[in-house]
Amino acid sequence: MTYNAKMRVWRGDVDGGELKDFTVEVDEGEVVLDIIHRLQATQAPDLAVRWNCKAGKCGSCSAEINGMPRLLCMTRMSTFSETETISVTPLRTFPIIRDLVTDVSFNYEKAREIPSFTPPKDLQPGEYRMFQEDVNRSQEFRKCIECFLCQNTCHVIRDHEENKPAFSGPRYLMRIAELDMHPLDTLDRPATAQSEHGLGLCNITKCCTEVCPENIKITDNALIPMKERVVDHKYDPIVWLGNKLFRGREER
Amino acid sequence: MAEVERHQYDVVVIGAGGAGLRAVIEARERGLKVAVVCKSLFGKAHTVMAEGGCAAAMGNTNPKDTWQTHFCDTMRGGKFLNNWRMAEVHAKEAPDRVWELETYGALFDRTKDGRISQRNFGGHTYPRLAHVGDRTGLEIIRTMQQKIVALQQEDHAELGDYDARIKVFAECTVTDLIKDGDRIAGAFAYWRETGRFVVFEAPAIVLATGGIGKSYKVTSNSWEYTGDGHALALRAGATLINMEFVQFHPTGMVWPPSVKGILVTEGVRGDGGVLKNSEGTRFMFDYIPPVFKGQYAESIEEADQWLKDNDSARRTPDLLPRDEVARAINSEVKAGRNSPHGGVYLDIASRLPAEEIRRRLPSMYHQFMELAEVDITKEPMEVGPTCHYVMGGVEVDPDTGTANVAGLYAAGECSGGMHGSNRLGGNSLSDLLVFGRRAGLGAADYVRALSNRPAVSQDAVDTAAKLALAPFNDPEGEAKPENPYTLHQELQQTMNDLVGIIRRPDEIQQALTKLDEFRARYRNVVVEGHRQFNPGWHLAIDMRNMLLVSECVAKAALERTESRGGHTRDDNPSMDPHWRKILLVCREDDGDPVVPDVSVEKEQQEPMRPDLLALFDITELEKYFTPEELADHPGRRT
Repeated sequence: MTYNAKMRVWRGDVDGGELKDFTVEVDEGEVVLDIIHRLQATQAPDLAVRWNCKAGKCGSCSAEINGMPRLLCMTRMSTFSETETISVTPLRTFPIIRDLVTDVSFNYEKAREIPSFTPPKDLQPGEYRMFQEDVNRSQEFRKCIECFLCQNTCHVIRDHEENKPAFSGPRYLMRIAELDMHPLDTLDRPATAQSEHGLGLCNITKCCTEVCPENIKITDNALIPMKERVVDHKYDPIVWLGNKLFRGREER
Repeated sequence: MAEVERHQYDVVVIGAGGAGLRAVIEARERGLKVAVVCKSLFGKAHTVMAEGGCAAAMGNTNPKDTWQTHFCDTMRGGKFLNNWRMAEVHAKEAPDRVWELETYGALFDRTKDGRISQRNFGGHTYPRLAHVGDRTGLEIIRTMQQKIVALQQEDHAELGDYDARIKVFAECTVTDLIKDGDRIAGAFAYWRETGRFVVFEAPAIVLATGGIGKSYKVTSNSWEYTGDGHALALRAGATLINMEFVQFHPTGMVWPPSVKGILVTEGVRGDGGVLKNSEGTRFMFDYIPPVFKGQYAESIEEADQWLKDNDSARRTPDLLPRDEVARAINSEVKAGRNSPHGGVYLDIASRLPAEEIRRRLPSMYHQFMELAEVDITKEPMEVGPTCHYVMGGVEVDPDTGTANVAGLYAAGECSGGMHGSNRLGGNSLSDLLVFGRRAGLGAADYVRALSNRPAVSQDAVDTAAKLALAPFNDPEGEAKPENPYTLHQELQQTMNDLVGIIRRPDEIQQALTKLDEFRARYRNVVVEGHRQFNPGWHLAIDMRNMLLVSECVAKAALERTESRGGHTRDDNPSMDPHWRKILLVCREDDGDPVVPDVSVEKEQQEPMRPDLLALFDITELEKYFTPEELADHPGRRT
């Protein structure tokens, strides 16, 4: 069962780097992260990689394997042939720190820009009543493990640094959708999704959905419905009149 | 010497899992300036891995549930060694803590009438666990992370700075606590990214660093679980209790080897899954211990009836407390009735329709499909025990979380007492909400009452910096340089083999000899490369904590000559009421700054308050207590 795999791992830092070749032993059932760990223990003790749970639950070990954004801990070696050279490179959309570790602070900054859950002011703890069918949609989005693979793969920012300030990325546009669909949230969110968070830049190519390790239907269930709501808002004359007269449901 | 950045805070919370985040929220809501320091990125802490749920007697699914029943279940689960005051506070406050999460935006699964749904779990009399499928931990950590963002947004609106009152120091590791005389004065840390040093000047520190599982080879724990809080507390002069009690979760994955130990939620059994051996027998009926006789179903028919209607039958023994189930699986495997890869079968496929399995247990479905190529809707899982949780931890005041050092607090898994000798599933998420809040509150009260602030001396900073950099130095004299990865693997193997699920005094003694050897070799650990994001160096620093904590586990395990909960002694297989009253207290002994020696002393457990004792039937208490302790019980007097 054991064989030697040919691995090509990017090593370097902000000043540059290169792909380094390694030959590493692989045992039955192992995932790419196991191989990276074996490299650390035997050949490259200072090889930098982020990881935590090794069970696909924390979203730390995101990288690109043969160019595909994936979790290192959920990619089995058996998905490759034994003769293939497997490349492991850091996420391309974020600045390099070292080896496979990138600076993902962009995501945390975007998270802060989204107005938080705002329940009705007079609703007391313990009095929340919501039905399963009404929370299903938001629950799907809350499965997100924040691996940032969708952020990494989204072509709006992948090779377009200039779009970063105006675009929150699929993960955070989905967060807005999640709050918008929360049965007890009181803020009006679609308009700001468009004006503040760059929903309009998304042209629904579904790259985010394809790489999501939690199989969340980001485009179909979050982004497209949000876009539809933006359109309703913009062109619905009654909403338009209401906004003029009452300045929306809440401050925006 | 070393150039360091310095930060001043009122409270520094170490660890950003559930307990840490809840402490941050509390201290900030009381107006204090708080730093939260964590080894990983924000939102990645081990809490995300909690699956089954959060226990709270809300009575949504069965209105008969009360805090008293939850309290009694918790004490039973811990074999009455628990700090009863903590168990009381926990049972009383858990519902409020869960409801509070809804106000932060949490979306739990719902009952038909729109309230929070509650599921069955091992050792809980009623369906009690608030949950979101099998990803409850993720929901809880994300909810609190988002609450912290909400508070930062308030601070931004008021003061123009998101970090004005709460700052997250992510990927930053604390290596030592710093004291001024007898009081906590701050903490010393390094940035993982740059290797640069950070000094926190703070009069109060809350430890919320979680467990110690990475000292074991087969574990459900992430790399962060290296006993940091336990070791920081010990080295600062605080005490640890109950360190001999380590929970082996009965159901971890056993195959393939690279995923051995990854957790399979107890929710599988809560939702009807059953354990079977290689002969297809539901063997748990043969393992109901005397103390639980009469409380569990004795036939398959009765167990299955209970699943349909909790009130008309007794619960299935598949849901006995975790220590019992783990030992039972261990015995079945030893008797040769194991599955092909050395575990037993956990069968949900024959119990629920495929669609329902995927709905209720999506992560488990995904995990087995992706990692083991097993479709759990069609075939049984193979499972076996995995090191999961340490009941032992920092000895704290039950109401405020204060450790035995002024200014030091602990909450969650790194604190001790609440769970006694064995934790019930679902009581961890509730523990960290209840006691995370209390520790944050305790720290806030302490800081506000201070008349003067302690100071961090340059001396202390220099010493800590020197210790942190030691792994880059060549070993002294002729000694052979040690590889931290090798030393770590040997430690894990030793703890797994010699201080594991079933313990023998000669083996523990061997482990202690090994630990002495590791400690000596640790001084010769040398790491390659430089300080920028260097995992070899990070592991070398974490090893210092693992060695100290492993010593505590082994020494306490040798001392306790009985079997109880997460401590099973081959030579003393039964429970001894005299040992119930005794806590084993670990202390730093010889002042060695690197890995100090540890002493273990006996401490008397405080007798349970009479009104709480009276909640139990006398016949049950007689199985655990000495006759003298029960003299005043109402059942005895009549």
